[in-house]
Amino acid sequence: MSKTLVIYLMSGRRTPELAHAAVEGGADVIELGFPFSDPLADGPVIRRAAERALAEGMRTQACLECLAATRERVDVPLIPMTYAALLEAYGWDRFAEDARSAGAESLIVADLPAGDRPELRRIQLVAPTSTEERLRLAGEQTDGWLYLVTVTGTTGARSGLSNALGGLAERARAAAPGVPLYAGFGISSADDARAAAELTDGVVVGSRALEEAEGGPTALRTFVRSLRESLEPD
Amino acid sequence: MAETYGTYGGRYVPETLVPALDELTAAWEDALEDTSFQAELDELATSYAGRPTPLTRAARFAPDKRLYLKREDLLHTGAHKLNNALGQAVLARRLGKQRIVAETGAGQHGVATATVCARFGLECVVYMGAEDMRRQRPNVERMGLLGAEVRQVEFGTKTLKEATSEAIRDWITNVETTHYLIGSCVGPAPYPAIVRELQAVIGRETRAQILAAEARLPDSVVACVGGGSNAIGMFAGFLDDDGVEIVGVEAAGAASLGTGRAGVLHGSRSSVLADGDGQIADAHSISAGLDYPGVGPEHAYLRDSGRARYVGTTDDEALEAFRRLTRTEGIIPALEPAHALARVDELDAELVVVCLSGRGDKDLAEVLARGG
Repeated sequence: MSKTLVIYLMSGRRTPELAHAAVEGGADVIELGFPFSDPLADGPVIRRAAERALAEGMRTQACLECLAATRERVDVPLIPMTYAALLEAYGWDRFAEDARSAGAESLIVADLPAGDRPELRRIQLVAPTSTEERLRLAGEQTDGWLYLVTVTGTTGARSGLSNALGGLAERARAAAPGVPLYAGFGISSADDARAAAELTDGVVVGSRALEEAEGGPTALRTFVRSLRESLEPD
Repeated sequence: MAETYGTYGGRYVPETLVPALDELTAAWEDALEDTSFQAELDELATSYAGRPTPLTRAARFAPDKRLYLKREDLLHTGAHKLNNALGQAVLARRLGKQRIVAETGAGQHGVATATVCARFGLECVVYMGAEDMRRQRPNVERMGLLGAEVRQVEFGTKTLKEATSEAIRDWITNVETTHYLIGSCVGPAPYPAIVRELQAVIGRETRAQILAAEARLPDSVVACVGGGSNAIGMFAGFLDDDGVEIVGVEAAGAASLGTGRAGVLHGSRSSVLADGDGQIADAHSISAGLDYPGVGPEHAYLRDSGRARYVGTTDDEALEAFRRLTRTEGIIPALEPAHALARVDELDAELVVVCLSGRGDKDLAEVLARGG
């Protein structure tokens, strides 16, 4: 079965064009970062991208407009990824409604763990430190798929795939049978993507995709295509 | 243990930390039930830290009032921060954690943490903003001498906010071996409750000491508020005494309670300096320890409930109070409690206690640069 490829992009002026390039390269889902000034789950690449986006005025309303503009360019699911502070300020329900109206499929809130605000439908994250009980809870509450955080750490490229993923994927399968598992955090190369996808149903590539996106749509398309090809069965 | 204070508090953290916070909560609850934990803390407090600290009458500083200073500046390492650092170090050892990370602004919490790590043989990493390292140089040097590794935080505001984020990121990365020794009553649950309890010794001692000295409770109890740990520790001793006015003093340029709004920062919901989109705004204070856009969630709750009121002091007013206490009482205060001292004159109160949370040696360069 074909594996799902999720590409993370930061909201910005060029995002619709970049998302289009990523989809041409073979992305199945686009995660759209809504920047926060103090992103605890993010490493240096996404943190800097967030700083730049905020300096360019990408506040919540502008991000929603970016989401709608991206929706017009691509057909794949679009998933805003952000932090609780933005929803707290905008209004939790209002944020979910307006994101949906702008074309969002679901939502990821990096600092709102499973169990909190279960009424807010979103994709839950699980980590190598998650207990069986928390894996079960996240599996029950998640919206579509589970985001497997491959490392105890923040987002960002690492050399080689974390060896924690195998154990986490196995435990998540047992705790959340039938729920698709996509692995992210630290997946930076075609080899990492292939290795992660062997253990899961898909992969999320963020920091490395942002670095490629710096080079423009063509560079991003080429990078995403290399990931896509690595995920296809031989 | 209360996880929230009204609508404030909670746990806004990445999933990776949730099991560690559960583990910390369980260990803390066990410790509270364990008389040997309290006995160990009491023994350290008296034989190592120098408790109880005195309550000193400051008659020349405030001739029209009966003003007393709770002398946390006389505690080992020179500030109230050691109360919390000692308690959490003992807790970390109960958790089997050998590595400690901490953030520091003024450097007082970093020094306290480095001190307890030296005392217990724990590895210590302290994150500190580049701007704070510049203005609190002596404390950077003390941490180095104590064997801590000080990691300079070069991005964003280069102050306590960013240092805190980096310490939390380190904890996310090394959570299995590391205890995050947070320095104030902020952060995700259970931290605000742990820090409050470990600092509550200030309020307990003060209450007994003022009763011994004056045979009555004070009219007003005053403390400076950055994250708010010395204040919450002092206030804890008087919250149930309805007749005692409780006053928190913020830096006017970092008034999370005075001019902030409800928001989420560093793992909890509280009153924060933020824009309408929830993006955290910069704080500005001459005092590195108050230069923080958030505040402990219990303070936000106390403000809303009306039990405490919070006022602001400008940089210049704090400097003036710093000089006045030095010249009238022979006590050089840290710039942080100088903010609290600056509000004493205008209180409609006769008997006042101010928490003198730390000593001013660390601030000499900053004060001298502004004309001494």
